[in-house]
Amino acid sequence: MKHLLAIDELGADGIAEIHRLADAFVEVNRRPIPKVPTLRGRTVVSLFFEDSTRTRLSFETAAKRLSADTMTFSVGTSSVKKGESVRDTIETIEAMGIDAIVVRHGSAGVPWQIARWSSAAVINAGDGWHQHPTQALLDTYTALGHLGSLDGRRVAIVGDIKHSRVARSNIAAFTLLGAEVVLVAPRTLLPPDLTDWPVRVVSDLDGVLGDVDVLYLLRMQRERMTESLVPSLREYARRFGLDRERAARLGDGAIVMHPGPMNRGVEIAGDITELPNVVVTEQVANGVAVRMAVLFWLLGADPVPTHEEEPADA
Amino acid sequence: MPELVIRGGTVIDADGERRVDVAVAADGTIAAVEPEIDATGTGATVVDAAGCVVAPGFVDLHTHLREPGKEEAETIESGTRCAARGGYTAVVAMPNTTPAIDSAAVVRQVLDAGRAAGLVDVHTSAAITIERAGEHLTPMAELAALGVKLFTDDGAGVQDDRLMRRAMEYGADLDVALAQHCEVEALAAGGHMHEGAWSSRLGIPGIPVEAEELMVARDLALARRTGARAHFQHLSTVGSVELVRAAKAAGQQVTAEATTHHFTLTDACCAAYDAVFKVNPPLRTAEDVAAIKVGLADGTIDAIATDHAPHTTESKELPFDQAPPGMLGLETALALAITELDLPLAQIIGLLSWRPAAIVGIDDDHGGHLVPGRAANLCVIDPAATWVVDPDATASRSRNNPYAGRTLTGRVRHTIYRGTPTVLDGEACR
Repeated sequence: MKHLLAIDELGADGIAEIHRLADAFVEVNRRPIPKVPTLRGRTVVSLFFEDSTRTRLSFETAAKRLSADTMTFSVGTSSVKKGESVRDTIETIEAMGIDAIVVRHGSAGVPWQIARWSSAAVINAGDGWHQHPTQALLDTYTALGHLGSLDGRRVAIVGDIKHSRVARSNIAAFTLLGAEVVLVAPRTLLPPDLTDWPVRVVSDLDGVLGDVDVLYLLRMQRERMTESLVPSLREYARRFGLDRERAARLGDGAIVMHPGPMNRGVEIAGDITELPNVVVTEQVANGVAVRMAVLFWLLGADPVPTHEEEPADA
Repeated sequence: MPELVIRGGTVIDADGERRVDVAVAADGTIAAVEPEIDATGTGATVVDAAGCVVAPGFVDLHTHLREPGKEEAETIESGTRCAARGGYTAVVAMPNTTPAIDSAAVVRQVLDAGRAAGLVDVHTSAAITIERAGEHLTPMAELAALGVKLFTDDGAGVQDDRLMRRAMEYGADLDVALAQHCEVEALAAGGHMHEGAWSSRLGIPGIPVEAEELMVARDLALARRTGARAHFQHLSTVGSVELVRAAKAAGQQVTAEATTHHFTLTDACCAAYDAVFKVNPPLRTAEDVAAIKVGLADGTIDAIATDHAPHTTESKELPFDQAPPGMLGLETALALAITELDLPLAQIIGLLSWRPAAIVGIDDDHGGHLVPGRAANLCVIDPAATWVVDPDATASRSRNNPYAGRTLTGRVRHTIYRGTPTVLDGEACR
């Protein structure tokens, strides 16, 4: 069974293939009735152990536009709260007959465990600090739409790299597509050991602003303050936040990206989110098409199951 | 009249190596050690040791028997049967049970259950602090009088510097080892594997080496001041080994152990998020593994311990950051030492038997010298036998064996505990 767990497993060719499929689904999404029968009879389950309304809605919209049946396993009100193990949950859902599981979990590695236990296709919709491959697919898709090619392009990822699955997947995806990635963060927000990471690291945002094609701002989570990873949100915003003055120093054609939800006034000033080179809503729109592409890539190649009897000698 | 004769083997003990048979008397002591002991017509059981090495029984300083409290993972009986299969004749039970081994009542309960199982000598450690909570000392003198030789809050280190100083001062008069699971919680909290390149890549919060090394340094300093017998449990880092080596070079009387997994496995094992490889201290880097091996070779580290830590399959199937740390070890220790350590067999046997025995003062009965009059605590090992590790082939109630499928060299054939076979031809017979 094919899964989508991490970006490296795709390679540059895999990313390109999903992007090509996404082109077709962008077109579908522009139609008056944005729906195709491709995955009719298939069942896609969203299994979100950690809340993420945005990502869940994006996947469910994608599945519905492909005519798949969708089920939401809402952990907050389910047996998981009563102590059911992930493995038992998976076996329960599987017994209902499903084709794909979209999983979000607060612990790194859970989608790999599920892939070992399940015969359905597993899509990692974010595991702990580790990977969020569909986010990176839609981010690189969006960046390609503006820049044409990522070969030799410079991408700065700014902020809390250490705790970010978005950063880990995007570093892999942008690098695979030929871009140079620079991380902009204080040491406290960097992973402790970057040996073998294909990145350059700086702590001065102003030093790279004029030099980048993509400025990717990460969400700064407020709970990081209590861990003294930065002294205050105010100091973080001053060192690493994008304000109007810094935005003006971006090169022509450079785009500003953010995975959402944005902390206005922290990583991005409230009055610049409407600037034309801030492509955040485009990321969200592309997210549906890219997730349709992923579902099609995983499920579309197999014949749709029928209820006909198998021949006796098959 | 001998009750049992071990024939055809080569004895290796603290006195060296010699081709002799060993006769065991009905009272469980060694009756004779001679080149040829003829058992014909005596009615004695003959145990074949041809081509094998007869060694003193092994002593594990670090065994989690899980009883009382976690009997679904292991019991004193199942855990000591694992020990017997591994060639052990004595284990030191760790105190992180439920309730903790912090009172005379629980110490007696564990010792009684050990005697009832009758598979190895079960010695127990006791906690340094009540409920291992790091706040109040246990009645150390009362527990020492019951036979406790080693105090530790294992599973955690004693965080409070002043309390640890008090424990060492108080314990210095009691002829006990003050053992430490060295881990500064302020640095380790929230971590689930070694902090390094792999934890960064896998997105798993790490435990930095400094969490261990700072407490090793602290306890060395406190032991210098108090004169307590400090023992360092499961050293895992380059820096820890260097600290202990320097202290010993300066003449300080301290001891240290290292586990089989810390000289065999690295943090790369965690790459597939299989929590069977989650352990505390965590699996470290290849450099750390190399330093542990050097420490064992040059005497910095005195003993090989197992940190045998059974956990149910369900608990090990939790997400990596929720699963409990620990792995099985009693049944694979000798083979891992032979397979992984480039050391003479006599040195490996010493690290498994008389050197740990001396740390807890049980070297009269375990390890040391195979001579008439001593308790017949022995194992017969085939150092050249190769075998493939099968997690289901175990006496443990748990299956968290990180060596599944590995081919190892060296196998325990027979174990004799106080004159009675507990394992014959690799199979537990009691």
